[in-house]
Amino acid sequence: MIVQALAFYMFATVAIAAGVMVISARNPVHSVFFLIAAFFNAAGLFVLLGAEFLAMILVIVYVGAVAVLFLFVVMMLDINFVELRQGFLQYLPIGGLIGVILLVELLFIFASWTVAPDAGAVAAAPMSALGEISNTRMFGRLLYTKYIYYFQAAGLVLLVAMIGAIVLTLRTRKGVRRQKVPDQLRRTRAESVEIKKVETGKGI
Amino acid sequence: MEALLLEYLPILIFLGIATALALLIVAAAFIAARQRPDSEKLSAYECGFDAFDDARGMFDVRFYLVAILFIIFDLEVAFLFPWAVTLGEIGLVGFWSMIVFLAVLTVGFIYEWKKGALEWE
Repeated sequence: MIVQALAFYMFATVAIAAGVMVISARNPVHSVFFLIAAFFNAAGLFVLLGAEFLAMILVIVYVGAVAVLFLFVVMMLDINFVELRQGFLQYLPIGGLIGVILLVELLFIFASWTVAPDAGAVAAAPMSALGEISNTRMFGRLLYTKYIYYFQAAGLVLLVAMIGAIVLTLRTRKGVRRQKVPDQLRRTRAESVEIKKVETGKGI
Repeated sequence: MEALLLEYLPILIFLGIATALALLIVAAAFIAARQRPDSEKLSAYECGFDAFDDARGMFDVRFYLVAILFIIFDLEVAFLFPWAVTLGEIGLVGFWSMIVFLAVLTVGFIYEWKKGALEWE
C-alpha cells in the first residue's frame, strides 16, 4: 500500500513538473519531449487506478503517434521565437487576468462538486470489481455490442480524418519523373529504335 | 486490485533501477572525471565547419500526412485488441460490427492508395 502511494506521488509530481516544463521550455522541441514525459507518467497513474488498457493505449497512441505528429507540426512551423516573445510583457496583464478567471471558475466547480448518491445505481453498464476480469475484457464486452453505434461513429470519424488529411495536404509535384513500368513495357522496337545509314564524312 | 498492481511491481523496480543508474552515471561523470572546459573543445574539429543554418528548417508537409495516416491506422489496431480478447463472448453482432468498422476504414485506405498519398516520388 505504501509503495502504491509512493508510486502515485512520484508519477503525479513528475507529470506536473513535466507539464510546467512544456509551457516554460524555450525550445518547442524540448516542450514536446516534456509532453512525452507527461504522457508516460499519466500512463503510470492509469495503471495505479487499475485501467491497464487505457494506460497502454496512452503509450501507444499518444507517445507513439501524437507526439510524433506534434514534433512534425513544430518542425513545420517556421516561427521566429525571438520575435514571438517580444509581445510577452505587453500581453501579460490580459493573459494573467483570463488565467485567474479560469482558475476561480475551476475552484468554484470543484468546491461545489459532489457525486450524486444514487449515481452508481443508475449506471448504464456497471463494472465488475477490478481484478476479477481484465480491463481489456470489460471494454470488449461493451464496446462492440452495447455501444455499437458509437463504435461505428468512431470509424466514420477516422475515415473523415483520413480523407481530410489527404485532401488538405496532398500535393502532386510537377516535373517529377516517375518510373512507369507499363509504359516501359509497352514500347515496341518500331518506335524506340531507328537505324540510320551514316555516309562517310558526313554527320547525321 | 492489489493483485493487479503486484504484477506491475517488477516494472516499477526496473524503473527505479534505471533512474538510479542513470543518475549515478551522470553524477559519477561529474565527480570522478577530470573537468577542463575549453571553448576549443566545442568548436568544429579540423575539416568540420560551423553550421550554415538553423537545424530547425521547415519540413515538407508530406511528413505530416504520413504521420496522420499512421495515427489513424494505429487507432484502428488499438480497437482490435479488446475485440480479439472478447471475441468468444460478444457473438455475431460484435464480430460483424468490427468487420463493418474495418470495411469503413478500408474504403479510406483504398482512397488513400488510389490518390497516391502513400507514394513518395
